[in-house]
Amino acid sequence: MNNTNLYHYILGIADNSLILGQRMGELCGHGPSLETDIACTNISLDLLGQVRSYYQYAAKIAHDGRTEDDIAMLRKEREYVNVLLAEQPNTDFAYTMARHFLFDVYHFLFLTELQKSKDLTLAAIATKSLKEVSYHQRFSTDWIKRLGDGTEESHQRMQNAINDLWAYTDELFHQTEADKAMVAEGIGVDVTKLKAVYYDKVNAILEEATLSIPESKYFQKGGKKGIHTEHMGYLLTELQYMQRTYPNMEW
Amino acid sequence: MITTQQHIDPKLIAILETVSDPEIPVLSIMDMGVVRTAIIEDEVVKVQITPTYSGCPAMDVIGDDIKKALQDKGYQSEVELILTPAWTTDWITPRGRKALEDYGIAAPLGPEADKDVLLHGKRLVKCPQCGSINTKMVSQFGSTACKAQFQCEDCLEPFDYFKCLK
Repeated sequence: MNNTNLYHYILGIADNSLILGQRMGELCGHGPSLETDIACTNISLDLLGQVRSYYQYAAKIAHDGRTEDDIAMLRKEREYVNVLLAEQPNTDFAYTMARHFLFDVYHFLFLTELQKSKDLTLAAIATKSLKEVSYHQRFSTDWIKRLGDGTEESHQRMQNAINDLWAYTDELFHQTEADKAMVAEGIGVDVTKLKAVYYDKVNAILEEATLSIPESKYFQKGGKKGIHTEHMGYLLTELQYMQRTYPNMEW
Repeated sequence: MITTQQHIDPKLIAILETVSDPEIPVLSIMDMGVVRTAIIEDEVVKVQITPTYSGCPAMDVIGDDIKKALQDKGYQSEVELILTPAWTTDWITPRGRKALEDYGIAAPLGPEADKDVLLHGKRLVKCPQCGSINTKMVSQFGSTACKAQFQCEDCLEPFDYFKCLK
């Protein structure tokens, strides 16, 4: 492979959306209301659509005979480099929305910058995806406010979710080796520069939702290096089931 | 400003107009604005289409339908999916907007009005059944990625609103 860094860089972006898309897809038929169920699966579909563009590009860069599907479906757990936040389970609807919100704010900032990438394919995917992600961000922000500033019960559940997921936010701003190389080439986004504005935005919305901003300084990391939480194995088992059971099957 | 330039060979327009979006059968892909290029090179038609939403499952079907429609008229073709410039609802033609309304889907408003109805609950979307603007949003997400769910408070009919994408 000529451009290993670019390949890993693409996976770093794509895996987040694939894993989060899979999590949102789990709501299919299980959403708290029909409208919410449809919204979550719409979001999942957007994310999986974006992921296709990234993996098609990654397959082209890898140029080793693997297709977009092989890359998406047939890697081992340690080879997925999504952030830990994306793989956290749908404990209850507050967790689902809190996870999505904490990712959406980052995703929006990240794609806004990626539009300026010198790599025209990545810039094009970013421009396309950003339009969709602005809808996602509106949706999850709305729920943070509705549940946070809702009843005593909904407030407490949303606060629990934010408190628990907070430890996974810092990893969004860690740079991998591929990140550093791509930033140097004007292709990648310097995520360290997004951190301050990210927490400003998140904190402002939490305050508006009458939620407390967690004070814990303990942050968990590892996903970007392929070291995942125990939830990841279960998620992949379901994600990869068809390809593992019926290798090379197609629709 | 996004360029809205299309390169379509006039000979091919009538053929491409017979292909419709499988999820909105009344709307031809030409009126939808997803066909960006259709030119004949060395007796092969080269078509470029752009997706409305990244995950739009209709794109594969549209690609196959284009090939089939062209083949029926004796053309070999290649269909390519492009992402730049990104599709916007501005590319839906006036005829396309009318087709949507006739089919029962409210056509997209401008970006500011779109935000007003989706975020602030303003009543600006006209019910495609009875024409009232006494309508409310039920959900920002609808039956497909490109639509939101609305309900008319006068005739009580639920309907889809095609979200503004710009």
